[in-house]
Amino acid sequence: MIPHKINRSATQIMAEVISNKKFGPYHHMVFAVGEMAANIKPGNFVAISVGGEQSSLILRRAFAIYRAIDKGPMGGSIELVIAPHGQGSTWLCSRAVGDFVDLIGPLGTSFGIPTTNANTMLVGGGYGSAPLFALAELLKNRGCRVDMVLGASTANKIFAPLEGKRTVSSLTLTTDDGSAGIHGQISEAIPRLIRELGTEVIYSCGPMGMLAAIAKIAKDFDIAHQCSVEESMACGIGVCMTCVVPIRNGDGVKMVRTCIDGPVMDGSEIIWDRKEVLDAMNI
Amino acid sequence: MSTLDFSTKIGSKRFSNPIFTASGCASSGQELSQFFPLTDLGAIVTKSIMTKARTGRMTPRMAETPSGMLNSIGLQGPGIDAFLENDIPWLVEQKAKVIVSIAGESVDEYGVLSRRLRAVSGISAVEVNISCPNVENRGQVFACHPDTSVAVIESVRRNIGGELPIIAKLSPDVTDIVEIAHAVINAGVDGLALINTLLGMVIDTTTMRPKLAGKTGGLSGPAIRPVAVRAIYQVHQAFPNIPIVGMGGVSNGRDALELVLAGASAISVGTASFGNPMAAINIKNQLSELLIQRGFNDFRDAIGFAHRGVQ
Repeated sequence: MIPHKINRSATQIMAEVISNKKFGPYHHMVFAVGEMAANIKPGNFVAISVGGEQSSLILRRAFAIYRAIDKGPMGGSIELVIAPHGQGSTWLCSRAVGDFVDLIGPLGTSFGIPTTNANTMLVGGGYGSAPLFALAELLKNRGCRVDMVLGASTANKIFAPLEGKRTVSSLTLTTDDGSAGIHGQISEAIPRLIRELGTEVIYSCGPMGMLAAIAKIAKDFDIAHQCSVEESMACGIGVCMTCVVPIRNGDGVKMVRTCIDGPVMDGSEIIWDRKEVLDAMNI
Repeated sequence: MSTLDFSTKIGSKRFSNPIFTASGCASSGQELSQFFPLTDLGAIVTKSIMTKARTGRMTPRMAETPSGMLNSIGLQGPGIDAFLENDIPWLVEQKAKVIVSIAGESVDEYGVLSRRLRAVSGISAVEVNISCPNVENRGQVFACHPDTSVAVIESVRRNIGGELPIIAKLSPDVTDIVEIAHAVINAGVDGLALINTLLGMVIDTTTMRPKLAGKTGGLSGPAIRPVAVRAIYQVHQAFPNIPIVGMGGVSNGRDALELVLAGASAISVGTASFGNPMAAINIKNQLSELLIQRGFNDFRDAIGFAHRGVQ
């Protein structure tokens, strides 16, 4: 599955915070990463130490890369969209411009790009939409049609920056509470959109429940589905074996690391149903 | 600046420095090799291997705790055939010193694994993991009883042949670790690995259910370091001549020195590598500096130093 050396592009650096702005309930942060930026592909992630030297938080936190700029005024930089949910992400969001963080990247797999001009649909849940904008740009430059569908529980949790909206052919919003766009879960809106837009490839990023629902839709329509999964990671570099997802392996099941074989994976390979996994494990 | 002889010995084998990876925290070395040459470490201790490929447990497999973490991997691995075909040749090619960790569900499985290892070149020692807490039945933790510990070690000894040092990895979750150590030393081990993780549990107060799919998991990280220091100190006091590979929450050179002073002949770095892939290298450099600062010119003089003049 991994034809090349594991973590082959990864480097560990002290990255300076060059911008930190609130964006609705999220933080948009920019880090100076120098030459690392040139090796980043849409879908890759970084792993950052949190809490400082004496912290009781001993594990790195993984963040999907929103954008990487190879040669900007500050040299290479990356942008992250972070929700300050837990202690680690809250610490990171409270870093000031000029602070340094210990950062490893780029890590993990990237989104595969169709070889022909396909009609693509990019589906993002909450701030899971972040890595889709760089992908949208890449797909558009390769001549693909790019339709984007973003959903969240409520309007202000949809991450959709203005410049990102310009890259796409169409943008559909959905909210569980009806405060913006289509009222309902994002997966409910997808089948109709696939039919209307003639979608041939789906890319998705967001909570596992949403990805599972899209995987089922992709299977029903028999179209390719690449998803960026999220399992909690302890290391991000493949040594801890905690971030696994179950994939089909003959009649059985195989646990693969989402930091090495993911986060971008073929949605049809993953066994989304827990019961099915447990049954397969007992064969 | 004085020079330091940083080498150490486990049984008949010499290692250029006393900093190793910890089993289960470095896979078979490939992931970390992107960050440093594996030859910079005294040895790579591979993830415990079993006879057959193993899926491991469901997720969630991990819960972060204050200064620590619980893991419940369940010995996921490729099995001995694939391991010997892929991992060992790769490690040998890197010129890394290799300590192979083995785990079994039965005494016989340890014997089978040992027989498979006896003809393999490029291995410096075998770690016999009799203390993984992530097994279905707590009664299966061989290291909880002297007689089951001895049965496994005797099976390994019978089957491994030659001079390959045998290191028994013990659990701190016992009433008297010295008693278990005594039993396996009598059964002929060349060294001990102290300590494996402690069995722990986290309940998610939002879902009001156990956080880990396997319910319980092994606690590691700085939170357990005082337990490691105590276990190493007690065992070294009772058996000062048996080499101990010390581990348990070592995150910097000071921590490593603490375990050495307690009686460790080598230090394995585990959970610290999750937070920082360069942890083992940083610890090696810091330990060397601390030893020189304290006037040591031979690492081995520092082993068990805390016992000297103590009644």
